[in-house]
Amino acid sequence: MKILVCISHVPDTTSKINFTEDNSKFDSNAVQFVINPNDEFGLTRAMWFKERQGASVDVVNVGGAETEPTLRKALAIGADAAIRINTTATDGFAVASELSKIAKDGDYDLIIAGRESIDYNGGVVPGMMAASLGASFVNNCISLEIEGQNATAVREIDGGKETLSTALPLVIGGQKGLVEESDLKIPNMRGIMMARKKPLRVVEAENIQEKTRTISFEKPAPRGDIKMVDAENIDELITLLHNEAKVL
Amino acid sequence: MSVLVYIESENGSFKKAALEVASYGRAMANALNSSLSAVVFNADDVSTLSNYGVDKVLSVKITGDYNAETYADILKQAVEKEQSKVVVLSSSADCKYLAPLLSFGLDAGYVPNVVDLPESTAPFQVKRSVFTNKAFSKTEISTEIKIIGLSNNAFGLAEQAVSSTVEVFNPEIKPSKVVVKGIDKATDKVSIADADIVVSAGRGLKGPENWNLVEDLAKVLGAATACSKPVSDLGWRPHSEHVGQTGKPVASNLYIAIGISGAIQHLAGVNSSKVKVVINTDPEAPFFKAADYGIVGDAFEVVPKLIEKLKAFKAQNA
Ligand SMILES: Cc1cc2nc3c(=O)[nH]c(=O)nc-3n(C[C@H](O)[C@H](O)[C@H](O)COP(=O)(O)OP(=O)(O)OC[C@H]3O[C@@H](n4cnc5c(N)ncnc54)[C@H](O)[C@@H]3O)c2cc1C
Ligand SMILES: Nc1ncnc2c1ncn2[C@@H]1O[C@H](COP(=O)(O)O)[C@@H](O)[C@H]1O
Repeated sequence: MKILVCISHVPDTTSKINFTEDNSKFDSNAVQFVINPNDEFGLTRAMWFKERQGASVDVVNVGGAETEPTLRKALAIGADAAIRINTTATDGFAVASELSKIAKDGDYDLIIAGRESIDYNGGVVPGMMAASLGASFVNNCISLEIEGQNATAVREIDGGKETLSTALPLVIGGQKGLVEESDLKIPNMRGIMMARKKPLRVVEAENIQEKTRTISFEKPAPRGDIKMVDAENIDELITLLHNEAKVL
Repeated sequence: MSVLVYIESENGSFKKAALEVASYGRAMANALNSSLSAVVFNADDVSTLSNYGVDKVLSVKITGDYNAETYADILKQAVEKEQSKVVVLSSSADCKYLAPLLSFGLDAGYVPNVVDLPESTAPFQVKRSVFTNKAFSKTEISTEIKIIGLSNNAFGLAEQAVSSTVEVFNPEIKPSKVVVKGIDKATDKVSIADADIVVSAGRGLKGPENWNLVEDLAKVLGAATACSKPVSDLGWRPHSEHVGQTGKPVASNLYIAIGISGAIQHLAGVNSSKVKVVINTDPEAPFFKAADYGIVGDAFEVVPKLIEKLKAFKAQNA
């Protein structure tokens, strides 16, 4: 089984979000970048398929040279090879189109992406890849088993979960649950040394026309001060929620 | 030309988010001087939709469970039939599943997490939330057909009565590559996505045996229950209750956080709730800086009192 894990390179979850160039660009100054958390769960599940079922695992990113440390980290976790599609990621459609070309050329059976990138929260890339490849698609995937050409997946739905059966080739939008938090691997020294020798191939992009474009950013308006209520005076809280906030 | 909305129902009745989508669709149609069409699946009584400004209802009867691929294809046929230029979907898990498929099928630009009506319709620019509610972006859609994913609770309900027509719509139904084998869903509980009120608790509750406090409070309020990430990682609560940047997003009217410190990853995911109440023993807990009402106190003393007082309040206001 050939697995491709799509890795989005995103600001660390603790990052303060700021913008530059007249609020038209994300300010990456002093921001630490990481593997998108949803992709980290997917990558760890891919490692499971590698160890138990002899799958090969490649990772891919659409981005500039600055994303290579993130790809190296994925290699240190255990991926076999990395591909970087050399272009600035614009909208989900353009990214999905670039990734689909790699997926098609490499003839992958299983494509693992995340349910969303935590930067733009698009949640579009996996679905668009599936559509463009004519592959099966499971979003919000929290469990995945593969046997031969058949796949059983669990999808999180509002208020519960749903078990699905489908066939390869398959694209998933994965998230926590795919593996447990405690299964996540921190690269060790040996992994990091080995990652240096693993192939990281840079391919030129197709330069696909995007369908949506960010014009500018703004931060939410600062919120009003909190009203503190005495622990002995719960009635006041109820009154405030009823009369002032009007939520009761 | 028309605006098209997908109206989701559950057990035959419309979801609140679906009526919000209709309200938004009506306002969009007014802005574009066009009509509003709605696609409904297996709904018995569609008359409510005329209160929310739907001019034309396309009623689809379909057997079997929800399927993203099949539904996306049916919506595509509806868009083509109605010559719709704007499609509005909710932020439910089902809508987020089908939106990219529909977008690809229609060659249409799709923007999720939209929080308002377009600032301008030519060029078509909408405001959406990004960086898990830490910022907004103005995004332009350049394709002829535009798909909007509306954030839950961002627009609200707005009634506008019109006289609507209902048409039976018989699309071609294509089989999907994905088949549903089973659904495991608590039918007696409000889901986090649909809830007006969410009661959430963190590690401050000490252990799973104390969750009756959270359940009881949620029950009085008709609320959904949620938890912080460590609580689900520790197995105190199911993963499906984990909210925050890496869990479920919350956009309720009221979010009550009990024994949750308010880490940046937690706040990011619950920020778009309208009113936040924090109960925490530590006056320095970061959550107090991000909330509207706060009580410094021990959950084990405050919550039981709150439950009693709310019961009395509900009885009085019933
Ligand atoms: C990549 C990444 C992603 C993450 N994503 C998420 C996410 O999506 N959601 C999320 O929640 N977290 C997330 N986290 C974890 C986050 O950083 C915090 O660790 C977590 O939110 C803390 O949970 P907590 O508030 O329940 O626990 P704690 O931080 O331990 O806080 C417990 C709180 O309870 C209070 N308390 C103690 N006893 C009582 C009492 N008797 N009565 C009242 N209050 C009491 C304490 O004062 C304290 O403030 C993420 C972390 C990382 C690294
Ligand atoms: N630039 C990118 N390079 C590689 N994979 C990506 C990129 N952007 C998004 N993805 C994948 O698509 C998933 C969903 O991203 P998005 O649609 O941007 O929210 C991510 O979790 C990644 O798996």
